Formats: sequence, structure tokens, C-alpha cells
Amino acid sequence: MAFPPYVGPIGKAWHYGFLIFCGLVFLFLIAPILVIIPLSFNAEPYFTFTEGMLAFEPAAYSTRWYEDIVNNPQWMFSAGNSVIVAVFATILASVLGTVAALGLSQSHMPYRPAIMAVLISPMIVPLIISAAGMYFFYSKIGLAQTMPGLILAHAVLGTPFVVITVTATLVGFDHSLTRASQNLGAGPTRTFFKIQMPLILPGVISGGLFAFITSFDEVVVVFFLAGFEQRTIPRQMWAGIREQISPTILAVATILVCISILLLTTVELLRRRSERLRGMSPG
Amino acid sequence: MTVDAGTAPTGPILAADGTPLKVSLRKALRVRRLRAIALVLPLFIFVLITFIFPIVDMLFRSVENPVVARNLPITLAELENWNGKGLPSEVAFAALAKELVLARDNKEMGKVASRLNFETSGMRSLITKSVRKIRKLKQGPYKEALLKFDKRWALQETWLTIKRIGQAYTAVQYLAALDMKTQPDGSIGMQPEDRQIYGLIFGRTFWISLLVTVFCLILAYPVSYLLATLPLRYSNLLMVMVLLPFWTSLLVRTTSWIVLLQRNGVINDIMVWVGIVNEAGRIQMIYNQMGTLIAMTQILLPFMILPLYSVMKTISPTYMRAARSLGATPATAFIRVYMPQTGPGVGAGCLLVFILSIGYYITPALVGGQSGTMISNFIAYHMKSSLNWSLAAALGTILLAAVLMLYWLYNKIVGIDNMKLG
Repeated sequence: MAFPPYVGPIGKAWHYGFLIFCGLVFLFLIAPILVIIPLSFNAEPYFTFTEGMLAFEPAAYSTRWYEDIVNNPQWMFSAGNSVIVAVFATILASVLGTVAALGLSQSHMPYRPAIMAVLISPMIVPLIISAAGMYFFYSKIGLAQTMPGLILAHAVLGTPFVVITVTATLVGFDHSLTRASQNLGAGPTRTFFKIQMPLILPGVISGGLFAFITSFDEVVVVFFLAGFEQRTIPRQMWAGIREQISPTILAVATILVCISILLLTTVELLRRRSERLRGMSPG
Repeated sequence: MTVDAGTAPTGPILAADGTPLKVSLRKALRVRRLRAIALVLPLFIFVLITFIFPIVDMLFRSVENPVVARNLPITLAELENWNGKGLPSEVAFAALAKELVLARDNKEMGKVASRLNFETSGMRSLITKSVRKIRKLKQGPYKEALLKFDKRWALQETWLTIKRIGQAYTAVQYLAALDMKTQPDGSIGMQPEDRQIYGLIFGRTFWISLLVTVFCLILAYPVSYLLATLPLRYSNLLMVMVLLPFWTSLLVRTTSWIVLLQRNGVINDIMVWVGIVNEAGRIQMIYNQMGTLIAMTQILLPFMILPLYSVMKTISPTYMRAARSLGATPATAFIRVYMPQTGPGVGAGCLLVFILSIGYYITPALVGGQSGTMISNFIAYHMKSSLNWSLAAALGTILLAAVLMLYWLYNKIVGIDNMKLG
């Protein structure tokens, strides 16, 4: 690191201290996620590194916990439920959220702050309160312990993310583009699909992925609203952590981390593309 | 042009179809406003029905108190005539006897007994035993028989409890949630020392949230500064390390903390191996408040870094340079010139982290043990285990009120529009 000539030894010490501190914080952020990946290949049923693993003996590593997942009908069943709930919740949240964001971004929208506060509230209200409320209400109308009930609940929890990301994409949206399109004879529908949609699509997909991961990770509402038949992966993990701890949990966690990495990469690429499309950043 | 300037100089300006331009413009604006509303309406109604209404409905449970009022209407009506001195009349005793037997036949007696037992312990057994006794009696007078059977029926307190719990709407759950109760004489006082728990839990929830917020700020500030000042190539790469935890399942991250922190976990192993502690001195870092603090700080850290980063990104480095060239030391320049400009980011990050941590449930439940549990865990306990739903609703209302106040503050200071995700 090249310092300007006026920086004294104390200044340099501060700088290196600062870099080391930042490095430790990054370690704190990322290490807990990475440490479970090698541990999930542990041949022994322990939650810690064995001597053999540290010596990199091939025998100390195995994929038995992954085989465990595949061979366990309970896990596969939960995985199926998780995907079904997350996909339908995402579709519902994305459609409703995108349409609402289009309305919210218009300058003619009355009571905008108040409406926005209501629409974002599912993200703010503590999950335990949402879950308890939904438990009573959905039981009353017969939706508790059903897949549609769970999908509705997860959809409403996901909508704030869609609203936020799509509204953010619409900030600085050049409305003369839609006017030009209408001027040239396109109807509102055609204008939406040909002009607006391609520009806000990155935001919609990002929001949708947020909604997806929200549903896919959610356990508190599932805890209250789902019966045995609607068990999802997080619910199964929760039971695993509380009841019979086994490294299978770590294998599942590793798979979930891989899914997160995949989604994160997609969202980052989309964000950059969107910024480029809207001319907001050079890179 | 329909307006002829020569003949109608004072008349209103008209649009192409002959209507005044003002009217026509207002009409066009109304159409656009209606269209905007029509776009927002579906989601608004969806959130209202599937989310807001259920929560409001649940909150009403905290003041609703239907069980006793529903099952003992005549008794309660009779008790209205009783002045609270001496004992109620034979009519009231007889009404109670009849209604308790009826409640038993309707399988409602257990609920009545539990409800009364929440208020005064011992009522459950008194009710169930008395009903058995009453069923053996073929006819009155019930007053004499009940008084002889259990002397608690001779206590005014017993009857005052029934009368009080018989009200269809009550604040009694809120008193319980604040560690208070109605004394037998009707005045409001504190619970006995050994039953005062919720004050402690609310205090602890507040304290843990505050500590997590402070820890997050201390850790996030330098990191955000680094991210904001590095060239875009490097900062984008490091940003991934902030966003990955953000995208990783809460359960996964909590699980990894269990793996790291437990007595035979990775961190203790390393410390033994390095020689900081010996085999017997392994530190218990989990299933207590420490575990909750460490795990929650890591989980909520991205929510502090992101708003700080987005504010720091907009601060021009020229101000610092100006301060330095005017003779400020690096420390002075940083504290007096840079830090005040990060105020909005600090406010946004702290409020967001505090709001999120005050309602945390999963992490304290899994790594909190006894000393690390928070108010959400007690709400879940009363929902799932003790089945005292009214108390759960009262605790939930208090928590929700706190969160909504902070949310309002956040909206006032930061604005929801400025909330960013990644």
C-alpha cells in the first residue's frame, strides 16, 4: 500500500489496524457459513473437525449425510413442499407486488406514504405476531394446515420485497418513453409489455427471488400454520436441531447455502444489468 | 381552436371538444389517479385480508373474555345484585350449581375452571370437585351444602374472582403482562415477587436488542467505510461477503453458530489446541445470553452495513481533504467532518436492526437457553404450550405497539422509500 508522504508511522499503524479490524469482521460474517461446508462431509457423526479431517485423510470424509437426505422420504417430502409453497407464493407476490409498485410510482397516487407503510408492514411486524394472527384467522376460515393457506401466508410475507425492489427500479424511470409509445399508437397493455416491462424486469426478478428465499427459509409461520402434511425443509431442520441432532442437518444447510449463492449471483448480475440499462452506473 | 380571442376574451379556455380546459384537465387527472389506485388496490386488499385483519383479530383476544360470561350468565346476573359484603344469596349459589353442571354436560367446565385458575390458583380443583359434589345433590339448598363441602366457598374472594372474570371484556391480561394483578379487594397491585417475570423479559428483550444494535454499529461502521472508499472492483467483491449472509437461511446461520460455539465445537477446539484454555476449561458460549448476542449480531450485521454503505457512498472525499488542508488532524477531520455526514445512515441502520431484533424468535429459541430468551419466545410458549392465548395476545400487543412506534419513527426519519435491499 503506497501512503502519501505526509502519513506518519501512527497514521500507518491506524490504517493497518483498520484493515485488520475489517478483515476480522468479514471473517465473522462469512466463516460461520463456510465452516459447515467441510463439516457436512464428516465421516463421523460429530459436529466438529476430526483428527483425520485435519490431516486430509480421504477416509475421514464421506458423502453419507447427503445419501441420508436422498434416502430419507421425510426430507424429500419436505423439499417438495418447500418448492411448491415457495414457487406459488413467489408468483402471487411478484404479480401483486409489481402491479402495486407501478401504481405507487405514479405521481397521482393519493395517500402514498400511508399505503406504502401498510404494504411494507409484513416485513416489519415480528414474525411471531404475524404467525399467531394467521394461526387463529386461518383456522377460523379452514385454511390452517392446508397448502393454500401456507402459500397465501408466505405470499403476503414476500410482497414487501417485490414492492421495494420494483419501486426502486422505477425511480428515475423516464415516463416520456411510455408517452412516446402511446403517441405512436400503442395501447396501455402493449406499452406495458413492450416498454415498461423490459426495463423493470430485473427489479421484478430480484424481488421475486427475495420473495422466494423468504418463503423457502421461513419457519415461524410454518411452525404455527402447517400440519405434518405441509412440513417444509426449514420446519424439518428446526425439528432436527431441537430433537435429534445429526450431521444430516449440516448437509441440508450446505445445500441451502449453495442455493443462496446461486440466487445472490443472479440478483447481483441483474442489478448491474438494470443499472446499466438505466444508465445509472458505468460498470 | 374553439376559442376566439377576439369575441370571448374573458370566457374560459376551452379544450378541443368544447369543455373548459380546467374541467377537462381535472377529468384527465382523475382518470390517472383512479388508474393508479386500481393498480395498488389488489395488493392492498390482499395485505389487509391475509395479514392486517388476522393480526387485529388476534389482538382483540387480549381483551375478550368470553368463557365465564358465556357459561355462567345467570350466576353473574345474580352476583350483580350482591353488594360484595357477606356471602351471595342462595339464589346465586343455586344458579352457579345449575350452570356448572350444565357447563360440564356441554364439555365447557374445563375451560371455565382453567380460566378461573389463571386468575387464582386452586380454582380449578375447587370447581371440578364441587361439580362432582353438586351432581350427587338432588336438590337445594345448595348454599349450605357447598359451604360445608369446601370452606373456600365461604370466602368473598372466590365470589369476587368469579364476578371479575365474568366480565366479557377485561384488561386483566394486560395487567398480567405487566406483572400486575387485581387484588381480592379489587385494587390493582404488583404480582408477588416470584411471579414477576414479564417485566424482566421485556427489560431483557430491550437490553439484548440494544446491545446487538451497538455491536452491529461498532462492527459495521469501519467495514462500510472501507467498502465506500475502495475502488468499485474491490468493493463489489467484498460486498458479496456482506450479501451472502443476508441471503443465507436464518436456520443455517443459527445452526453454524451451534456448531462453532458449543462446548465441543470448533472455537473451543481451537482454543484448547492453541492453549488458551485447557480441556476442562472449555467455555460455555451457547445456550445462554452470550450465544444469542453473538448469533444475532452476525445475522443482523448486513442490515446495518447496507444503509451505512449507501450513505457513505454519497459523501464526497473533498470535505475531508478540505478539513485536512485547513489544518485538522486526521482524527479531528474524521470526527468533526466525516462522521456527522453519516448521521442518516447510522439512524437508519440502528433503527432497522433494533426493530428486527426486538421481535426475534428463532435464534433465541435455538441458542438462547434460559438467559437468552426474549419476549417472542414467551408469546410462542403461551400460544403453543400453556394455551393461554389471551395472555399471548396481550404480550403480542405490547410488542407490536413498540415495533410500530419504532416503525413510525423510521418512516419519519428515513422514509420507507429509501429502504434498500442489496
